[in-house]
Amino acid sequence: MKKLSARRRHPLAAVVVLLFALAVTGGLYAAFAPAESAKADDSAQSLAIEEGKKLYAVGCASCHGTGAQGTSDGPSLVGVGAAAVDFQVATGRMPMQQQGAQAPRKKPVYTQAQIDQLAAYISSLGAGPAAPTKDQYSPEGADVAKGGELFRLNCSQCHNFTGKGGALSNGKFAPNLEGVNPKHIYEAMQTGPQNMPSFPDSVLSQKNKKDIVAYLDEVNSSKSESPGGLGLGGFGPVSEGLFAWVFGLGALIAVAIWVAARTAKAKKS
Amino acid sequence: MSSQDIPEETLPSKQGEAHEGAVAVAGDPFADPGLPPHEHRIQDIDERAAKRSERAVAFMFTLSMLATIGFIAAYLAIPVDKNIYVFPIGHVSAMNFTLGLTLGVALFLIGAGAVHWARTLMSDVEHIDERHPIEAPSEVRAKVIADFHQGAAESAMGRRKLIRNSMFGALSLLPLSGVFLLGGLSKAPGTKLRHTAWGKGKRLVNQNTNQPLRPEDIQVGSLTFAMPEGMKEEDHDFQNQIAKAALMLVRLRPENIKDKKELDWSVDGIVAFSKICTHVGCPINLYEQQTHHVLCPCHQSTFDLSDGGRVVFGPAGHALPQLRIKVNDKGYLEAMGDFQEPVGPAFWERG
Repeated sequence: MKKLSARRRHPLAAVVVLLFALAVTGGLYAAFAPAESAKADDSAQSLAIEEGKKLYAVGCASCHGTGAQGTSDGPSLVGVGAAAVDFQVATGRMPMQQQGAQAPRKKPVYTQAQIDQLAAYISSLGAGPAAPTKDQYSPEGADVAKGGELFRLNCSQCHNFTGKGGALSNGKFAPNLEGVNPKHIYEAMQTGPQNMPSFPDSVLSQKNKKDIVAYLDEVNSSKSESPGGLGLGGFGPVSEGLFAWVFGLGALIAVAIWVAARTAKAKKS
Repeated sequence: MSSQDIPEETLPSKQGEAHEGAVAVAGDPFADPGLPPHEHRIQDIDERAAKRSERAVAFMFTLSMLATIGFIAAYLAIPVDKNIYVFPIGHVSAMNFTLGLTLGVALFLIGAGAVHWARTLMSDVEHIDERHPIEAPSEVRAKVIADFHQGAAESAMGRRKLIRNSMFGALSLLPLSGVFLLGGLSKAPGTKLRHTAWGKGKRLVNQNTNQPLRPEDIQVGSLTFAMPEGMKEEDHDFQNQIAKAALMLVRLRPENIKDKKELDWSVDGIVAFSKICTHVGCPINLYEQQTHHVLCPCHQSTFDLSDGGRVVFGPAGHALPQLRIKVNDKGYLEAMGDFQEPVGPAFWERG
């Protein structure tokens, strides 16, 4: 100690003290800082983002790019929001089987938990519409009649008056909405998947969307009533005309043949 | 074809024996074979079979009566709003289904009974009614022609030309009165086809919420329908007015707009187009947000909203009219005037 104190006025003493202080600060930082960041990683949200990123790298990155920036095979996913991810993946549209006019609905590849992780990762890249809560899309307490008006104004041009779907150009089509989870209908309106335009809350309020979901639940589910009888797919004059020409006329021809058929004779000629 | 191939009873020689009246010229291969011999039905021979047929016909008629009674009973008994599930059809109105079923059965069984009656019990013996020439006998023709000439001479049509010509004049002028009556079916459209409810300073009102729109409400890829400020759905002529004024709003990225005029008439990429097809006036709003095309559901006319509403496919003859819009000082979207060309399909005076 004496030796140290004897040299405290040495010209290099200040440099030594400075180096010592720097080493202590750096050492302390090295000791504590990683511990702190490891603590942050424990939160559910960042775990989900981390897991979602892994799932993304395996299942989505080949078309949408490693950073979801988009490539020539798939659009950028920055800012599409959790609602878009939930719609596309939970209805099985993504991952796409092959490039084509339109990704059709199919059996989903991921579980809901994995979809939520993917959604967490994508929404961490940029703000976008969040997935709706059950309260927002459940048909209970909605105005079905108003929903019908809104559906006819905004949706029926492509999806048909009762949501049976219809054709668009070059192999694209508006799908039938029967049996589609109300949550996915809500998300489709929010995000505008593929060629469907979006109907953001600023032009079609959350209440409006809830009404539309309730209308579809009323007219286009397996339980919906069809007082007129056989709907023939609800496609209007084409399927009705085909039915009348094939089955109606067919029955008439069968009866006409019976009317003019040879009657049973007493003895065979 | 040798004579061995012909069934025995249709041979001319046999035919003469089988059926009187048939012509049989020996040695003529093209002789009229006449009718095949009449064959009796079981019911013609067996009275028990005939009774059975009678009972079957009566059974069908009785069932028809029951179905009619069922129809009346269903009409009286079933509540109008009751729904039932019928297997292949689904949830149908109980009354519609029962009324249709009973009425169908009642009508069908009357017909089926009548046909069964005719087929099994009414006479089925073949009769021949020979054809006759259509032309009248020559003496009848000569008489009719003579009568006509006499009548023409007596009317003095050929001689008194003043009567004849004035009659032709009267007859040819008469239909004009009918043509003029057609004019009373409707008023002349005047300039109605050239104007819509849009005008300078009219704000764009969102048809979903009835609130005036601001540019920030409309996102890229969204589709919004707007009507002119001051219109209410309860108004007497709302439907007539919206049929011309219907407007769709989409937002494109300004760099994606190819047409310079369209860009000038837009607000930050928000463009407002008429929703009425220029072919026959169907509402077109099948909007594909990735291609910026709108498609008409009636005849598949397709318009490119990123290129001045140009027709890219289908029978439409004009580009879709665009409404010139701006943001007013309160931050709302408003029209800078009416459409500059008539919306909807072409008409004679459109030019």
